[in-house]
Amino acid sequence: MAGLISVVADGIAYGMLLFLFSIGLSVTLGLMRFINLAHGAFAMCGGYIAVILLNQMGVPFLLTLPLAFLVTGVIGSFAERAVIRHLYRMPELQQVLFSIGLAFAASALATIIFGPQQQPMLLPDWLTGRIDLFGLEITGYRLFLIGSGCVAAVGLIALFNYTLFGARIRASVDNRRTAEGIGINVGRLFSLTFGFGAALAGLGGALAVGFLGLDPTFPFKYLVIVLMVVAIGGPGSIAGSFIAAISLGVIDALFKYFVPEVGSFVIYALLVVMMVFFPKGIAGRTA
Amino acid sequence: MRLFERIGIGLPLFAAAIASYVLFPDYLALIANIFILAIFALSYDLLQGHAGVVSLGHAAFLGIGAYTSAILAAHGITEPVLGLLAALCMSGIVALCLTRIVVVGNDLTRLLVTLGVGFLFYEAANKARWLTGGADGMPDFEVGPVLGQFHFDFVGRTAFFYTLIVLAIVYLFLRRVTTSPFGLALRGIRENVKRMDAIGAPVARHLATTYTMSGAIAGIAGALLAQTNRFASLDMLGFERSAEVMMMATLGGSGSLSGVVLGAATFGYLKDALSALSPKYWHLGLGIVLMLSVFVLRNGIAGGLATGFAALKRSLGGKQ
Repeated sequence: MAGLISVVADGIAYGMLLFLFSIGLSVTLGLMRFINLAHGAFAMCGGYIAVILLNQMGVPFLLTLPLAFLVTGVIGSFAERAVIRHLYRMPELQQVLFSIGLAFAASALATIIFGPQQQPMLLPDWLTGRIDLFGLEITGYRLFLIGSGCVAAVGLIALFNYTLFGARIRASVDNRRTAEGIGINVGRLFSLTFGFGAALAGLGGALAVGFLGLDPTFPFKYLVIVLMVVAIGGPGSIAGSFIAAISLGVIDALFKYFVPEVGSFVIYALLVVMMVFFPKGIAGRTA
Repeated sequence: MRLFERIGIGLPLFAAAIASYVLFPDYLALIANIFILAIFALSYDLLQGHAGVVSLGHAAFLGIGAYTSAILAAHGITEPVLGLLAALCMSGIVALCLTRIVVVGNDLTRLLVTLGVGFLFYEAANKARWLTGGADGMPDFEVGPVLGQFHFDFVGRTAFFYTLIVLAIVYLFLRRVTTSPFGLALRGIRENVKRMDAIGAPVARHLATTYTMSGAIAGIAGALLAQTNRFASLDMLGFERSAEVMMMATLGGSGSLSGVVLGAATFGYLKDALSALSPKYWHLGLGIVLMLSVFVLRNGIAGGLATGFAALKRSLGGKQ
């Protein structure tokens, strides 16, 4: 029983990371119809920033997180302004080709700069210890991940549902032309959102180093499951993505732990089945 | 001249292939590999260039073809052409079974489904160690002489002509298909599905036929790859192969058969040259070329050449 709960906790922590990875992709896909297969590269970027800051410069762990968030966000906005905005109008094949190319290039650059090995992460003591929670032992870092994931989710839902910025995004997702007609600067909104999505992925990447590890294959390792979160949650839906991310994380952890023979097989089969029967996701705003 | 019209630019390409045999006798193995890449790219181009279906998991069929011929060879059926036909049938059948889930849905779900299917086959081959050798691949199988006559030699002479003949057959077949009314219908589907539906064209059936054909031809490429290299491995099913085939088709100019063959040749040469430097530089180069190809050379090498020729013609016409 305790084993089961521990695996589920693992799954939830994994799901929180998936949520952070995927939320930017979900919004950019819903808002700009931009199929970005290189979104994982931003997460990897955040991870390497955190590793450099923590291991080489001795920046305290809690400070590395906002820094990874900010720097990745700046890189993301810059990439959007410089190149990516020209892709919105191109057919999907061009978007797919470009983003695959970006992912390959980012992964190769990471190999050239940091080498192909896993990056170590020196976590502070208060996160590596075990915490006794109502008779259950759980690693502090997992608890920290679950906590920060929940904070991020609540914050994002509030941002999207109760602020003017969120209302503008929702309006542009629903009908871009009308949104422009009532004076929303959709182009600027796009680059803000893209940068914000990249920043969240960077934060997720920084958090992931201590839990999933970090190496140059990162953009491809989580590509499928992140796309699944977006597709199942419905592009542009925060709550849908959150539910999809947590359930996929738990399902993946359960199968990998209890039936390792089928392992990741289940996740891919689930993707195909979901896409065939629910092509619009569980909470799709638009499809 | 009628012959030229029917085969098009394929004839000079064929002549160039024969010339490469004389000019680069030391690189026959590499050239044979390029021919195989060209077959794979042609199969993908039928699907994406002509019917407009973007797939992120086309390597699944390459891998199925490779493993089919490798497994047959390991169990005693070593004749290459038989292995080729078996791979063709096997990949074709798998594609036919999958077609239902590929045809449904909009573009995004299609991307995800093909991606998922690709990873599914990869995982399946990885787990089925007793059949495929898992991550170690299948190195131990005999490849007999082609049609009982031509042994595979060390220099790669047999491999060269064997793959060249298969490539020529596939090219002629696809040329016939794409210029037929069926090929026109595919182009219609690519340009505007709604109108094709409206004029009563059986869109779903056309797409199913195309997907099956495309999968079967990719299977041939896989079988050739396994036979000429005497090796079948997981990477033939991998995502990287799927990305590569997209790149070959786009680099050459999707929708143009001869362009795609040129694209595959360019790609094969680049891969060989950059990989010799280091695999990481190969990936960096691959990424950069993919990103650039979106902005420059929108219609690939074939499109670029066509524009060049048109400009040349205009400037010559202006002088006269």
